[in-house]
Amino acid sequence: MNAAVAVHGLRKTYGDVEAVKGVDFEVAPGEVFGFLGPNGAGKTTTISMLCTLINPTGGTAEVGGHDVVKERDEVRRNIGLVFQDPTLDGYLTAEQNLRFHAELYGVPKEAVPDRLRQVLEMVALWDRKDSKVMTFSGGMKRRLEIARGLLHSPRVLFLDEPTVGLDPQTRSAIWGYINRLRHTEDITIFMTTHYMDEAEYCDRIAIIDHGEIVVIDSPEALKASVGEDRVQIQTGDDETTIKLLKERFDIDAAVREGQVTFAVASGEQFVPRLFADLGMPIRSVSVSRPSLDDVFMSYTGSTIRDAESGPGNQWMRAMARGR
Amino acid sequence: MTTDVVRVSVPRASGSHNLRAVKVVLHRELLRFVNDRTRMVSSLIQPVLWLFVMGTGLGSLVRASIPGIDFRTFMYPGMISMTVITTAMFSAGSIVWDREFGFLREMLVAPVSRSAIVVGKCLGGAVVASAQGVIILALAGLVGVPYSPALLLTLLAEMFLAAFTITAFGVMLSARMRNMQSFFGVMQMAIMPMIFLSGAMFPLANLPSWLHVLTTVNPLTYAVDPMRQAVFGHIAVPPQVDAMLNPGVTWFGHKLPIIAELGLVAAIGAVLLGVAIAQFRRSE
Repeated sequence: MNAAVAVHGLRKTYGDVEAVKGVDFEVAPGEVFGFLGPNGAGKTTTISMLCTLINPTGGTAEVGGHDVVKERDEVRRNIGLVFQDPTLDGYLTAEQNLRFHAELYGVPKEAVPDRLRQVLEMVALWDRKDSKVMTFSGGMKRRLEIARGLLHSPRVLFLDEPTVGLDPQTRSAIWGYINRLRHTEDITIFMTTHYMDEAEYCDRIAIIDHGEIVVIDSPEALKASVGEDRVQIQTGDDETTIKLLKERFDIDAAVREGQVTFAVASGEQFVPRLFADLGMPIRSVSVSRPSLDDVFMSYTGSTIRDAESGPGNQWMRAMARGR
Repeated sequence: MTTDVVRVSVPRASGSHNLRAVKVVLHRELLRFVNDRTRMVSSLIQPVLWLFVMGTGLGSLVRASIPGIDFRTFMYPGMISMTVITTAMFSAGSIVWDREFGFLREMLVAPVSRSAIVVGKCLGGAVVASAQGVIILALAGLVGVPYSPALLLTLLAEMFLAAFTITAFGVMLSARMRNMQSFFGVMQMAIMPMIFLSGAMFPLANLPSWLHVLTTVNPLTYAVDPMRQAVFGHIAVPPQVDAMLNPGVTWFGHKLPIIAELGLVAAIGAVLLGVAIAQFRRSE
């Protein structure tokens, strides 16, 4: 089967500013693909070109086998969109918003009621279908937008920062729905994010910075390439612990921040072995992953926060949003 | 989630698909109107004030010079136009609102032609404005206008046409507007002079020539005049009063027939609609 998204040398310039400097990548059908980068890196510009919202300056992009410039309407029919900013009508009910979408996308009339119920149940909003959207919380609105983006059974769902501005609990709920989607729908998901913990849910991530793709790989591989997990344990007898770690696991540990600290490739899988084989009681364990900044820094040379507060960034961001 | 997934396949673009888009944009306009009682009431206040306060006050002043007719009867078609125009402009302005709140994007990224969306919006504005006009129609009896079905139907059709043209004008304006304040600013600037110069508030007979020219080039004049002629056709008015209050519009000494006036309004509406569609095609 052909790639769900195929991009070759895609470029976008605004005057002298190159927002996207010729990117190449392919997304396989059924994949969850993430674009990771700071604001202003070109994520939204790229997604906007793929969604036919703006025309590329150069290069080609195909979505679902259709060219984004030459077959704009075909592409639009085959994609679902969830933007950073809400695009719901607050004065209409949830159901009215979805019905509007169904009509606009020409969903066959006889299929609408079943499909409507299905997508609303998927995001747990079926019982709120008759409420006006303006009474919804931010998380509910985002869920409704996801449901709406799925209503016409798109082949590719584009999510631009799907959880930005939401509280952690809602964020994880949204991710729950997205993960479930992968099993219930025959769909490819293309998303952008600047949260590393969210990029974990992707099959592959492209790190984008200053309009260029720096690296594309699975989250595990990316993290492994950056460094190992840091494990900290407390036992009450640090010296013996360090000695046992060396003897049994061939690990060099040291006392840092008052705890026995060492690095392993995948900390979470190591912890059960640690309990089984260390041979002494452990009071507490903590495993920390390489952070977004670690991964980002090793590929781009700056932290994501520095990249976001760099000079001229506000302007780049405005450009990147294509307004 | 083990339920069977309902797959829907979205058909290729076709006339009927675009027609559905027109209908749903129109339908949304109606839903919004029905849900928004405040707007319904607030756009009635102005014409009602004009009709019953200004009309009554001025009426007692001019009663001697227009024997046999209530001045409010004269103002009535003008106030219908005013209601329709304000409501239609509000509807068109909601595009700016939709842009600010993001909903416009939902419409613009859909696999339908932009013209379907613009046409739906203009029809929606026209229907909503006519509905609002119907409320004023209901007041006919209070100002001495008979509830004749023929008259009411004529007025309804004429106000629909006027509303469509005005909505198209508003949609064209809103294609480039980014916020509501500037839209309202421009709307006030355009609408107030147009209403003042349309014959909605004072008769267009015996005006100084500069004012006569201005009223003749004002497109709204051609929307108001047919309504006034319809009303005056259904009441008994002495000929000299009719000549004063209902002079019609003359071009180079010839009185323009109603059908020509309506044709002009429709033509302007069509042109504005075309420009509005072109603007939305170009944007984003």
